[in-house]
Amino acid sequence: MPEYARWTRDAVGQWGGFHQELLDRTGVDSGLVQKGGFWLGFSEEEVQKRADLLAKIDREAGGIPFRMMEASEIRQYLPDIGPKVVGGSWGAQDGMANPLFLLRALHSGLKKAGADIISGIDVAAIEHNAAKGRFTARSGDGQGWTSDRIVVAAGLGVGELASQVGIHAPTVTTRGQVLITERLKPFMDYPTNKARQTAEGSVQIGSTTEDVGLDDGTTVEKIEWLARRAVDTFPALANARLVRAWGALRPLTPDGYPIYQESGTCPGAFAVVCHSGVTLAAIHANVIGPWMGGLTDAPPDVVPFNGKRFLDKNARFVRDH
Amino acid sequence: MTTETLFLIPQKAGQAMVRIEFEGETLRVPDGISVAAALLSSSRGALRTSIVKGTPRAPYCMMGVCFECLVEIDGIPARQGCMTLVRDGMIIKRQSGAPSLDGLASGGKNGK
Ligand SMILES: Cc1cc2nc3c(=O)[nH]c(=O)nc-3n(C[C@H](O)[C@H](O)[C@H](O)COP(=O)(O)OP(=O)(O)OC[C@H]3O[C@@H](n4cnc5c(N)ncnc54)[C@H](O)[C@@H]3O)c2cc1C
Ligand code: FES
Repeated sequence: MPEYARWTRDAVGQWGGFHQELLDRTGVDSGLVQKGGFWLGFSEEEVQKRADLLAKIDREAGGIPFRMMEASEIRQYLPDIGPKVVGGSWGAQDGMANPLFLLRALHSGLKKAGADIISGIDVAAIEHNAAKGRFTARSGDGQGWTSDRIVVAAGLGVGELASQVGIHAPTVTTRGQVLITERLKPFMDYPTNKARQTAEGSVQIGSTTEDVGLDDGTTVEKIEWLARRAVDTFPALANARLVRAWGALRPLTPDGYPIYQESGTCPGAFAVVCHSGVTLAAIHANVIGPWMGGLTDAPPDVVPFNGKRFLDKNARFVRDH
Repeated sequence: MTTETLFLIPQKAGQAMVRIEFEGETLRVPDGISVAAALLSSSRGALRTSIVKGTPRAPYCMMGVCFECLVEIDGIPARQGCMTLVRDGMIIKRQSGAPSLDGLASGGKNGK
């Protein structure tokens, strides 16, 4: 979907300013580092497939430059890659941020702007009073919060709640398992698709993509696979101690692209499903938030992200996450 | 401020003792306790400096969770003192910041 590539490109372009705004408003550093990143491949065939994919994305969306590199050239940037890496791609727009600090910055910014954050509540139902144009989010224990607007952004819980306000927003999930090493002196200057080093020194290794329903556990088999792949990529990691392994579920739609939508039958109700909530955070804050909050009209770029696309009985969906 | 240790290990009659070396100094400590317990009860203060800001740190949770007790043991950096039992002849050093991996082509060029 070329619209999605453009959407991502624009989000990445806005991240620098967004990071600065969060820092200015809250003093919290989201950990943004945007100096490019590498995708590393173990076979010529895999590298060629990657080159074809990136060429297609750049052709369709425009302004997403990349460069294919031989291992020898990559080594100038990442001296510690091992002999099994045969080549890869360099994306100037790639970067990383710390999602925990991002969340903290967003919460802190909201509170400073006067918002209440109420957590630890399970919303069981959304009631719509059409005559008054008001919605009530009702918790299992009977508490309610009423407003003329409601945004259902409950990750894997979106489908059930959105259907109560006339939005078709099916969710599916894949599990990602990740390994975390002890904190190490910096040796990886750029993030890669197989491992990255955080500002604090931990190396994050991952992730897997598994269709296992709602099971967010870890498995010995995948931990072993991740560890082996990391050592094939950076052999020195064989000496690193792992301190954690975890699994988590990605909130996805059947085709992997987001849903951003206002209800046709209950105006004022919205739904969001998105599996790149970190990459897209800037555009969510700058474009989606103001629209759903009633400050701007619907941005034209979000039309293709309507959940109605999943109502077509004849359509078949594939996703790569 | 008291320089006496706040941590005491009850001495039993006939308790087996071992010798460990900490920063070049020999300490006699009861056998069967952890490195972190041995160093706390010997009043050796901070055992490591933190990775991001370089501030002094000492064992905290004593159960393997917080990683505040990291020390170098017999040449291996960043070992959890609270999860390692003392052994006669063990050589222990303070852990300064993050360890560097062996065998880096970059030679840990970014390492401070
Ligand atoms: C292994 C892994 C790697 C990833 N890597 C990246 C990456 O590199 N870049 C990137 O951009 N994204 C990545 N993601 C995805 C990213 O984490 C998600 O896009 C993001 O968390 C989605 O945010 P969200 O707020 O929409 O949903 P969530 O984070 O799922 O939050 C939804 C919240 O709603 C709550 N909720 C659900 N139902 C209810 C209910 N009925 N009542 C009240 N509350 C409810 C949930 O408890 C949860 O707190 C990764 C995810 C995984 C698992
Ligand atoms: S004291 Fe917490 S891990 Fe050792």
